[in-house]
Amino acid sequence: MTTLAVNSPAAVLQPKRSTLVLRYLRRNKSLGFGLAILLFLTLFSITGHLVADVNKLAYPLAVKPKQPPNPLCVFDSTMKIGKNCFVLGTDFYGRDLFAVMAKGLGQTARIGLLAGVLGTLVGTLLGFTSAYFGGAIDTVIRGITEVLLPIPVFLIQVLIAGAIDKKSVTVDTMALIVVMLAWMGPTRVIRSQVLSMRERMFVNVAKLSGMSNLEIIFKEIMPNLLPFLGSALVGQVFGAIFASFGLAVFGLGPLREPLIGNTVYFAQYQASFFNGWWWWPLWPSMALILIFGALTLIMVGLDEIANPRVRRSE
Amino acid sequence: MYLVRRVLFLLFVIWVTSTIIFFIPRISPRNPIRERLAELSRSTGYAPKDLEKIVQAYNQKFGLDKPLAQQYAEYMGSVLRGDLGPSLNQYPKTVWELILEALPWTIGLLISTTLISFVLGNMLGALTAWPKSPRWVKGLMAPMMMLQGVPPYLLGLLLIFFVAFRAKLLPMGGAYEIGTRVSFTAQFIFDVLRHQLLPGLALVLSSVAFWALGMRGMGITIQGEDYVNFAEHKGLGAMVIFRDYYVRNALLPQVTGLALAFGQVIVSGVLVEQLFGLPGLGGLLGKAITANDYFVIFGIAFFIIISVTVLMLLVDIVYPLLDPRIRIDSK
Repeated sequence: MTTLAVNSPAAVLQPKRSTLVLRYLRRNKSLGFGLAILLFLTLFSITGHLVADVNKLAYPLAVKPKQPPNPLCVFDSTMKIGKNCFVLGTDFYGRDLFAVMAKGLGQTARIGLLAGVLGTLVGTLLGFTSAYFGGAIDTVIRGITEVLLPIPVFLIQVLIAGAIDKKSVTVDTMALIVVMLAWMGPTRVIRSQVLSMRERMFVNVAKLSGMSNLEIIFKEIMPNLLPFLGSALVGQVFGAIFASFGLAVFGLGPLREPLIGNTVYFAQYQASFFNGWWWWPLWPSMALILIFGALTLIMVGLDEIANPRVRRSE
Repeated sequence: MYLVRRVLFLLFVIWVTSTIIFFIPRISPRNPIRERLAELSRSTGYAPKDLEKIVQAYNQKFGLDKPLAQQYAEYMGSVLRGDLGPSLNQYPKTVWELILEALPWTIGLLISTTLISFVLGNMLGALTAWPKSPRWVKGLMAPMMMLQGVPPYLLGLLLIFFVAFRAKLLPMGGAYEIGTRVSFTAQFIFDVLRHQLLPGLALVLSSVAFWALGMRGMGITIQGEDYVNFAEHKGLGAMVIFRDYYVRNALLPQVTGLALAFGQVIVSGVLVEQLFGLPGLGGLLGKAITANDYFVIFGIAFFIIISVTVLMLLVDIVYPLLDPRIRIDSK
C-alpha cells in the first residue's frame, strides 16, 4: 500500500498532456466543437487531394458538365473519385465539385491564414509600440486607428478589388487586399492590454531588476498576452475569410480558381436554382457555414480562456 | 464641447474616406468610358473608326482629362454643394437619381430587419440569461452562437434552397413578380412583401444572435447586482424585476451597438440584395463596380459613410438621455 502511494503520485496527479487537453476541451464545449468542425473540413480537403486529381478536376472542362451528385458511387473501377463517378456532382463548367470543394477549402484556408497571420502581426506590432513607448508614436498610431475604425472596411476592399485588373487577381493578392485594412482591431485590443499590463507589479519588478525593454516585452508581457493574441488571430482569420467571401460573391475574386466563394458566385451567376442544379451552390454554402460557425465557436471558447469572468453560467 | 469635438472628428472621418474612395477607382488601370464603348460596340456589332476621338470627347465632357488634383478639388467642391455628378455608365441619369431610385428598397429592407432583430434578439438574450426561464429557452444559445458568425448571404442561399426551390412556398428572387406594374395597389404591395420575406428572414436570422449574445452577457453581469437582489427581497414580482430592473439596465449598451450595427448591416444588406436580385443600393453598387463607374461608386460609398457617421452621432446624443449617469458636459 504505502510503496504504491509513494511510487505513483506523479503518475496519478499528472496525466498525459494530451488527456489534459482533451479534458479541457470537454469542459470548454464551444472550443471543442469548433476545433472538431475545422478538423473535419481539413481531413475532407486532404482526402480530396489524395484520392482525386484536384489540380485538373477542379478546373473547367475537366469532366462531363451538369451531372447530379451520386453519393453511392464512392469509387469507380479505376479506384479514383471523379473519373466517371461524381460524389458531389459536377457544375455547368464541367468541374468535379468534389475536387472543387477539396481544392477550394485549401485555398480558402490559405487566404484566411495568410491574411490572418499578417493582420495579427501588424496589429500586434503597432499595438505594442503604441502602448509600450507611448508619446508621439502612440498619438499617431491611435489617431490613424480611430479614424479608420468607423469606416465600413468592406466597402473599401470592394473598391480596391474592383480597381485591380481582373487578370492579376490571385489567391494571394486577395489575402493582401483583405489584410490592408484589417489590422485596426488587433491594434486596439493589444494596445489596451499592454497598457494595463505595463502598470502591473511584475513589469515594474522586472524593470527595477534591470531587464531591457525587449526582454520585458518577450519574457514578461508576451506570455500574458497569448490568449488575446490567439483570439485576435482567430478573429482575423474569420474576418479575412468573411471579406474574401464577400469580394468573391461580387465577382471580384480570382475567377479561375475554385475558391469556395467563387463557386457560390458562379452558381448564382448561372442561375443554378432556376435551372435546377441545386447541388452546385449547396455544397460550398454548407462548407462556408461550417467554417464561419466553427471559427465563431472557437472565438467564444478562446474568450472563455482570455477573460475567465465570461465563464458560462449553467 | 464634447459634441463639437465629436462632430469635427466625424467630419474628418468623412473627409478621409471620401478621399480614399475618390482616388482608388481613378488610379485603377481600368477606364470606364473605354469599357462602356467596347461593350456597346460588342452588343451592336458596330465598331466606330474614331474610337479615340469619342473617348476624348467623353473624357472632356466629364472633366476626366484634367489632372487628378484638379479633378479632386472640383469634384469635392460639387459634392459639398450636394451634386454627386452624372453616371458614366447610364449617362443622362445623375448619381442622385440612381441612388434615390434604389434607396427606398434598401431602407425598407434594412431598417425593418434591423429593428425586428434588435427587439427579438434582446428579448431572447434576456430570457436566456434569466435564471427562471424554462430549459428549452436556454438551449437556444448553442445554435445561436453558430448562427452569429454566418453571413446572411449564406443563410439566404439555404433559404432559397429549402423554402423557394424545394417547398416552392416563396419566390426565389426579384423585387416583384415579373410583368406586374409598379403601383400602390394592395395586390402589388402584398406581392412586394412576399418577395421581401426571404431576404428579410436571412438578415434577421444572422443578426438576431448578435443581439441575443450581447444582451445575455449584460444580463449575466446584472444578475449579481445589489439592486436586483434588493428588489427580490422587497418581494417585487418576477415580471417587474425582469422588465424594470433587469432588461432596462442591460439594454443600455445595446443601444450603442445599434448604430454600429447599421454600418455592418448596410454592407451585408448589399450582398443579400445582390443575391436576391433586389433593385436596392447593393445591386447598384455591384453594377457600378463591374463598370468602374467612378461617380456612382463614389456616390454610394459616400452615402453609406454619411449614414454611418450620422447614426454614430445620433447615438452619442441619445445615449445620455437614456443613461443619466453619463453627462456630455462632464467629459
